[in-house]
Amino acid sequence: MPLVTEPTRAVQVLSAPLVIEYPFKRTTGPVVGAFLTGLRERILLGTRASDGRVIVPPAESDPVTGDDLTELVEVGPGGEVTTWAWVHHPHPKHPLDRPFAWALVRLDGADTAMLHVVDAGTVDAMRTGMRVEPRWRDEREGAIGDLACFTPEQG
Amino acid sequence: MKRDVAVISFAQSAHVRAVDSENEVEMLMPVVGDVLGAIDMTMDDIGFTCSGSTDYLAGQAFSFVMILDGVGPWPPIQESHVEMDGAWALYEAWVKLQLGEIDTALVYCCARASAGDLPMVLTRQLDPYTAGPLWPDSISLAALQARALIDAGKATEADMAEVAARSRRAALDNPVAQLAWDRPAGELLTEDHLVAPLRRHDCPPISDGVAAVALAAGDAAGDRCRRPAWISGIDHRVEPIHLGLRDLTESRSTRLAAERAGVHDGPLDVAELHAPFTHQELILRDALGLDATTAVNPSGGALAANPMMTAGLVRIGEVASHIHDGTANRGVAHATSGPCLQQNLVCVLEGDGAGGRRR
Amino acid sequence: MVDVVLPESLRGVEPVRSVRIPARLEYRYTPGAASSRFLRGIAEKRILGERCSVCQKVYVPPRGACPTDGVPTAEQVELAHAGTVVSFCVVNVAFYGQEMEIPYVTANIRLDGSDLPIMHLIQECPADEVRIGMRVEAVWVDDADLGPTLESIRWFRPTGEPDADVDIPGEGVGTGLGSWVGGTAPGEGP
Repeated sequence: MPLVTEPTRAVQVLSAPLVIEYPFKRTTGPVVGAFLTGLRERILLGTRASDGRVIVPPAESDPVTGDDLTELVEVGPGGEVTTWAWVHHPHPKHPLDRPFAWALVRLDGADTAMLHVVDAGTVDAMRTGMRVEPRWRDEREGAIGDLACFTPEQG
Repeated sequence: MKRDVAVISFAQSAHVRAVDSENEVEMLMPVVGDVLGAIDMTMDDIGFTCSGSTDYLAGQAFSFVMILDGVGPWPPIQESHVEMDGAWALYEAWVKLQLGEIDTALVYCCARASAGDLPMVLTRQLDPYTAGPLWPDSISLAALQARALIDAGKATEADMAEVAARSRRAALDNPVAQLAWDRPAGELLTEDHLVAPLRRHDCPPISDGVAAVALAAGDAAGDRCRRPAWISGIDHRVEPIHLGLRDLTESRSTRLAAERAGVHDGPLDVAELHAPFTHQELILRDALGLDATTAVNPSGGALAANPMMTAGLVRIGEVASHIHDGTANRGVAHATSGPCLQQNLVCVLEGDGAGGRRR
Repeated sequence: MVDVVLPESLRGVEPVRSVRIPARLEYRYTPGAASSRFLRGIAEKRILGERCSVCQKVYVPPRGACPTDGVPTAEQVELAHAGTVVSFCVVNVAFYGQEMEIPYVTANIRLDGSDLPIMHLIQECPADEVRIGMRVEAVWVDDADLGPTLESIRWFRPTGEPDADVDIPGEGVGTGLGSWVGGTAPGEGP
């Protein structure tokens, strides 16, 4: 049997709130920079890998060979949900403040799926394989949040 | 030539939702005392000390340096730290022992996840440009994986509930477990989803806890331990950071690590899998090729207690304990890190009766 | 840096080169038993160290363990409010969150009866008069403002006593820095 040590129960232990803020500004490099530039311009981009697959979000190096990937190609704007999870009670940090779905979305022309959220209203509107399209934020700055969410494709 | 290295001692604290009466040093000290005391050793007998933890858990920079006070690192000791589960610290210690300069090592890890909002803290390990800013919590990401597994026809919510029920029932016999109960799987399925398709029972508890392992090489192992748990194979592998680049319905990294660690070279009496979410046990059973002859997670696994950065080392310690007390002769321990089983470590442990494996 | 090939639609557009990714994490910090005992003492205007039963060293603030021996420090020792400066620095740079007027002095002060220094401020004395060996005493906030925080001590000030001898912590313990303390840095020898 493993040895067991019970934590002792001391009395009158203090505690205090502790807030850590990381005000980071990160350089992007040319590949991620191009992806974020695209978001600002309402264009979705992937990189073409050595085997011809299009990877979104764009990978800087080939996932198989490790070579630099430099060819950025336009994908989307529509795509297909490959898997999803329904959040009944959003966390204050989540992108949406009402029930929503996390989803992996394979954009048209892409071979891999990207993580984002789907504003579908109700869980009944969600299914694997459904078509979605991006909803863009009005004010965009070149960040993942420029893409506010995906929504079920109309029509 | 590979040096024979064994787990010769294992100790852990009780795992609880929140240790609020002690700091990490106070949590660690008694466990280190236990793990060394059981083999009649002190820090003077230890050649190398390696720990696993992450500063983000409790929000304290270089917290591992402070935690070192708990082992008595003065005069200066040979020491290292990994920003990973203690299972990876054990791997580093194993490599160090292979170099032949030392014969003994202490590995420990410390979890104080209760200080913060763990599912959100864990988002900081994701790609900082495209995923981190969305704050996709660890439960939501696991739910994406569970849905993919269900859609692929590889599992059902009922299968997952069976894992939950069996794990928590097994935990009734584990005195350090945090979550233990006996409820039928069918009853669990009537509850609401937490993050669909996951229900609360599919998710691990958030746990504070500490674990420590002592390793020894060659004769030093037999001198201190009647029945050392020899590490016959150990390997770890990692998958890409973007979930979309991976097949979430299987664990290729576990499969590869298992092959390299020689999991299939003999029968397995016991397996301790670090599967924080129920569906992940199903993925890991498949990746490790386990069948009904192997007892899986008799401790209750990570579903019974999931101290971050510690639960993986606990899996190795649990298998080693079965070998120490003779209730198993060969077992496999698995540890994971990262979202949706991104990184996986596989460790095969054997008793001395394993057919004169020692040369 | 690699050159990338952009689609037509993005050529000539000002590229994004950096992105702000702020993150805020909220914790509840608990210092544990030993530090709580210490801070509760401070709120009563008492400075409580803890002694290691093996090496007999008295630590303040105590964190619950003797880092030399890896054992709990359980015996409480009440310490004097006066001590000796064992090291110090003069701060001449203003930085965010700083409330002191520059220049000011931060010092390591070994309280009488303890074996490790605490860090605190030196005031009521020109910065250029602070020296290793100087005797100082705690200046507390008003009793009504006492709380479980080191800020209950506003700062330390000179007592006017003659300077004390100072042992440099770590000296003679085999750190490899012994000769450096004596005047020669490692690698700087003849």
